[in-house]
Amino acid sequence: MHFDFSDEQKALRDSFRRNLEKNCPISSVRAIIDSAAGHDAALWRNLSQGGFLAAAIPEAFGGAGAGYLELCVVAEECGRALAPLPTVSSVYQATEFLLAAGSAAQKAAWLPKLASGGAIGTLALAERPGETTPSSIEARVVGGRLTAIKIPVADGMAADIALVLARDERNALSLFLARLSQAEVERTPVKTIDPSRKHARLVFNRAEVEPVGEPGQGWKLLEAIRDRAAVLVAFEQIGGADRALTMARDYALQRFAFGRQIGSFQAIKHMLVDMYVSLELARSNCYFGAWALSANSESLPAAAARARLAATAAYQLCSTNNIQVHGGMGFTWEFDCHLYYRRSNYLALALGGPALWESRLIGQIRPAAA
Amino acid sequence: MNFDDTPQEAKFRARAAAWLAVNVPREFEAGLNASAYGKLQLEGVDPLVAARRWQKRKSEAGWAAPLWPKEYGGGGVSPIERVIWAQEEGTYSKLSGPFIIGLGMCGPTVMAWASEEQKRTLLPKLASGEQIWCQLFSEPVAGSDLAGIRTRAERQGDEWVINGQKIWTSGARDADWGLLITRTDPSVAKHRGLTMFFLDMHSPGVEIRPIRQMNEDAGFNEVFFANVIVPDRQRLGAVGQGWTVALTTLMNERMSIGGGMPTGFPELLEFCARMQTESGAAIDDPHVRSRLASFAVRASGLQYSAWRTISALSRGEQPGPENSIGKLVAGAMMQDIAKFALSLEGEAGLILDPELAPDRARFQAMLLRSPATRIEGGSDEILRNIIAERVLGLPADIRVDKDLPFDKIPRGDPH
Repeated sequence: MHFDFSDEQKALRDSFRRNLEKNCPISSVRAIIDSAAGHDAALWRNLSQGGFLAAAIPEAFGGAGAGYLELCVVAEECGRALAPLPTVSSVYQATEFLLAAGSAAQKAAWLPKLASGGAIGTLALAERPGETTPSSIEARVVGGRLTAIKIPVADGMAADIALVLARDERNALSLFLARLSQAEVERTPVKTIDPSRKHARLVFNRAEVEPVGEPGQGWKLLEAIRDRAAVLVAFEQIGGADRALTMARDYALQRFAFGRQIGSFQAIKHMLVDMYVSLELARSNCYFGAWALSANSESLPAAAARARLAATAAYQLCSTNNIQVHGGMGFTWEFDCHLYYRRSNYLALALGGPALWESRLIGQIRPAAA
Repeated sequence: MNFDDTPQEAKFRARAAAWLAVNVPREFEAGLNASAYGKLQLEGVDPLVAARRWQKRKSEAGWAAPLWPKEYGGGGVSPIERVIWAQEEGTYSKLSGPFIIGLGMCGPTVMAWASEEQKRTLLPKLASGEQIWCQLFSEPVAGSDLAGIRTRAERQGDEWVINGQKIWTSGARDADWGLLITRTDPSVAKHRGLTMFFLDMHSPGVEIRPIRQMNEDAGFNEVFFANVIVPDRQRLGAVGQGWTVALTTLMNERMSIGGGMPTGFPELLEFCARMQTESGAAIDDPHVRSRLASFAVRASGLQYSAWRTISALSRGEQPGPENSIGKLVAGAMMQDIAKFALSLEGEAGLILDPELAPDRARFQAMLLRSPATRIEGGSDEILRNIIAERVLGLPADIRVDKDLPFDKIPRGDPH
């Protein structure tokens, strides 16, 4: 049994981590937060050209052709660095939709650009509060023209294209591709709980779209791609959780109160251990998710839900307790704790919230009725 | 990333499976599958007799203590081969319950500290199940604070005289030998005044009383010593070195592979699929699904963490720190799962009679046993301290009694 990443994959992780430490310090994350820009464009180009973010795109479409285990490693480091990049939108979703269901022409037109960082894609899905379900979609395409309001759309201001879930003329949920530069698309920035990953409200006023995949297959395709994205987002989550745990540990060693390191109090020690335990359980679930993703296993839907739920719980716990360990300083804008807290709560919702994934997991592992 | 054996591992697995195919006591298979929490349900045979028979058969073929050197009754296999053996032995490993303390803790301590002659005499009989060992560590006043034990050993020529009391001794009534930690010098700091022995449990002056547990079972015992004589040649390590020797035992206690701990989750999942509510099967209720999912990811997290440990062993590496979380997670989980299952049973959940309760009172039994899991073999709090200090590198607790002579340490009782 070799239930671990290979030495080459670990070397990739180490070099990519060093790359991000140099090129994506926390100061550049803060610069994006304070700017109108949706992401760190220089970093995006640099990493795309290095092939890191295109690890799973085949070489024929301009990718590195390495594989999903490599992309998991990259995702973990993006999460650790809080990288302000369109990963959830473009790398884990738009690219995957095109790989899975794009026509030859769509793949040829967009995948090389997505791989090189020359274009950004996103998914425009949610329309109203509550989990998105088939019946919550009102977006409609008539005569190749889309009318819809989609909010929130990740990287909606910066994206060049959006994959949009909408009803076709036969009322069947289908997937469409829209260029966002056309005049029939109105884009407005939306302030969210995590300003290091920008979102927008997109209004489509009879915007021109083209179908992606078969009519009526939109929902099925969405679920399939979200399973894949869930594993990758889970790696971002454990990367962030690991960083938050390390921050809390380091602060507990350095901060003195009552004449001793606060890390010598069991109240703090045990809190940190609970964070560690949660993270290890998440990491192990993520490893299985990575295997299922890379092997295209039938167990991917259950594995993805496990990875997502465990990683969501771990990141939320670690980022929450990280503030608690820091005390009042953790509540300041100046300290970085809130950046992880914000990111953890954004990622918890990015692909649908925990209740959706809980139901999905139990649906998968439900024993046959007696 | 793959789940395949190496060619060498596959060869070993085939050898183990081939031996098991013709040697396992198949008549016990159903009973063993139904047995949980160390209580064997075997038809028409004393479980200890069945256990000894299986252990003896394994020892004749070198499978009884696979990791030990052959000259001490072992099989001389590698750590990963031991894991493969355990996977193949499967449900039949439950028969080894009476020997776990000896094989897992006393044996390795004897191997590290006894004379060559003693090792060659004692260990093969331990491995084969001919002699059973117990561990005499905890006392009424010293559990988590093990170095605070008070059982005295006083030297008289070539012998030692033991007086005091131990508690929570599993299997003491069946044991032939006990690994005994004593205080030999109360005038020095507590960790420095300890000495380890092994003693014949049939010695005059040893009295064993079963403890009636809160779940009405009696797996644990109190052991009393009244002027029990132990020869000096049965001392392990130097006088005053007992704490170091004890650490050998405790390290082995924590070396066992995580993931093997029962959590109750498979039972709960199956129960929720079967249990009917007003609106259909319980498993289809969103609230039930939410709780089930949070248990599910912890159960799978433990399972996959065990695979990471096995992968490290397969590469010839030491298991990583992920191995330390198993009991901490599984113990609390079992308690939560029991309470959740009972809540789904409604008022019937309070029935303990297996003839009348849902699922033969399986979750009621779990409720009443699970508090022990969170205490035995290192309490949740001690495990958290260990992980905090050894894995996360946090400072050790401030110990106000560390440098005091043992007999000057404040006590909460008038003795």
